Amino acid sequence: MNLKEIASNVRVNIINQTADAQSGHPGGSLSGVEILTLLQFEVMNIPSYDDPDRDRFVLSKGHASPLLYGVLEQKGVLTKEDLKTFRKINTHLQGHPDMNKVTGVDMTAGSLGLGICAAVGMALAGKLDKKDYRVYSLLGDGEIQEGTVWEAFMSAAHYDLDNLCVIIDNNGLQIDGKVSDVMSPYPIKEKMEAFGFNAVEVDGHSFEELRAAFENAKNTKGRPTAIIAHTVKGKGVSFMENNASWHGSAPNEEQRIQAIKEIMEGSNE
Amino acid sequence: MSNMIATRESYGNALCELGKINDKIVVFDADLSGSTKTAVFKKAFPERHFNAGIAEMNMAGMAAGMAACGKIPFISTFAVFGTGRIYDAVRNAICYPKLNVKLAMTHAGLTVGEDGATHQMLEDVALMTALPNMTVIVPADDTEAKQVVYAAAEVDGPVYMRFGRGKTEVIFDENYKFEVGKANVLTEGSDIAIFACGIMVAKALKACEELKKEGINASVVNVATIKPLDEKTVIEVAGKCGCAVTCEEHSVYGGLYSVISQCLAGNKPVPVKAVAVNDTFGESGKPDELLEKYGLTVENIISKAKEAIAMK
Repeated sequence: MNLKEIASNVRVNIINQTADAQSGHPGGSLSGVEILTLLQFEVMNIPSYDDPDRDRFVLSKGHASPLLYGVLEQKGVLTKEDLKTFRKINTHLQGHPDMNKVTGVDMTAGSLGLGICAAVGMALAGKLDKKDYRVYSLLGDGEIQEGTVWEAFMSAAHYDLDNLCVIIDNNGLQIDGKVSDVMSPYPIKEKMEAFGFNAVEVDGHSFEELRAAFENAKNTKGRPTAIIAHTVKGKGVSFMENNASWHGSAPNEEQRIQAIKEIMEGSNE
Repeated sequence: MSNMIATRESYGNALCELGKINDKIVVFDADLSGSTKTAVFKKAFPERHFNAGIAEMNMAGMAAGMAACGKIPFISTFAVFGTGRIYDAVRNAICYPKLNVKLAMTHAGLTVGEDGATHQMLEDVALMTALPNMTVIVPADDTEAKQVVYAAAEVDGPVYMRFGRGKTEVIFDENYKFEVGKANVLTEGSDIAIFACGIMVAKALKACEELKKEGINASVVNVATIKPLDEKTVIEVAGKCGCAVTCEEHSVYGGLYSVISQCLAGNKPVPVKAVAVNDTFGESGKPDELLEKYGLTVENIISKAKEAIAMK
């Protein structure tokens, strides 16, 4: 299976989880599909999810849990049956990821702006132990309105954490509308550079551009890297694309069928 | 004059000793290492001490990440910042995932003194006891504080330790044994149970001596572990005495008075009176003046004890 096929399967997983649960966040999950698929299937070194020397991934935008669970299903860690329990009573697939309940979740997250702080701590631990593992953290572009994010960025540069790679899912929308209208975080690249990061901007749906950016990050020494990934919220489903109302609402049955049809058609293009 | 040592000093010294025998110990501070005494650890183990700067939330989050990689982080700042300001990080990044982070917070309570209300944390125990997975400990003196630091490292999960700024009388000798979750009965009496924690233990013992002169025999119990509470001892002692008074350098809401009353209400209902800060902020002043003004005194313990006895 190639990356594009896996990405389509992840998208279908996102739609099915949120439709089955009649709850969850499809928009910002769909925008990060190429980023997390490439990371988990190609970029990250994960001999096993309990290997102390593995690369770590922190989903700082924890509400994109259907994305993480969707990828972990494709990795064979979770099953389709597991995904059907998402957000339901007694499930291990909590609304926001719980590291003690799901293999492959390296950090519990959900309260925005905290995952990145933990990711910095993990990278710092790696440096202290002189280990080669790398730490990746995916943040939302609305999430970076949180002040703690900038505390974390400041410390990542202060400690020269070149083993840390931050990806900002810049889909331009948050619950209340455009990030530029709600509370503009722009210009992001210049801010990251001012905070001491190696910053690159890419098309967040292009495996080629993302691959080059992750390679660039690995080769950058002495400072952390930020990849500002330009993405489309709701990517792959026409009626969800660039529509903030799909941030935290679930598709009904009719919409589920339509969405999956479009995703499958897209994967054959 | 008995020996006087601030429990923050005890913390710094014990932490340094702990660092020698356990290389998983790492320490974070937020620009207050001279005051919290983590600077003592920094001097001995500079590579394992991290200054987060004046960014406490990130300090807590980084510690969570370190713990997720097998370290045992101790994080320190003033109690007011280390509980209230960073509550969300403590809740969501430390307690919910049950990560092995130790919160060692100093300058708790009124005895911060001249800095005033903004820095006098009186609600920290309330905030920390409310969190699932959190162990909450308020040591009484140097002897106990040092043992608390070692014990916290052995607990599998988050621990909140409350240390003070001012010098505190050393009341326990080397034979004293602190155990997490165990209240220590210091004096045996059957007229009134006096439950105390932190700097109020020494005052409770003095009140006990004064009461004895009037023919009133008190059981003084040092309740260093607020959570998990030693319910067995609390119920036994309060049951034997038939009434109780609690003593703490904390708000009357959510601290020792609350946990003791909660325990007794459900198991052994007896009258319980509180010596605590009565739902107010502090102010600038010398520590002793503040304790006097806000009623955290030997005299007030005696008077509350008599009120409780009268209600029997």
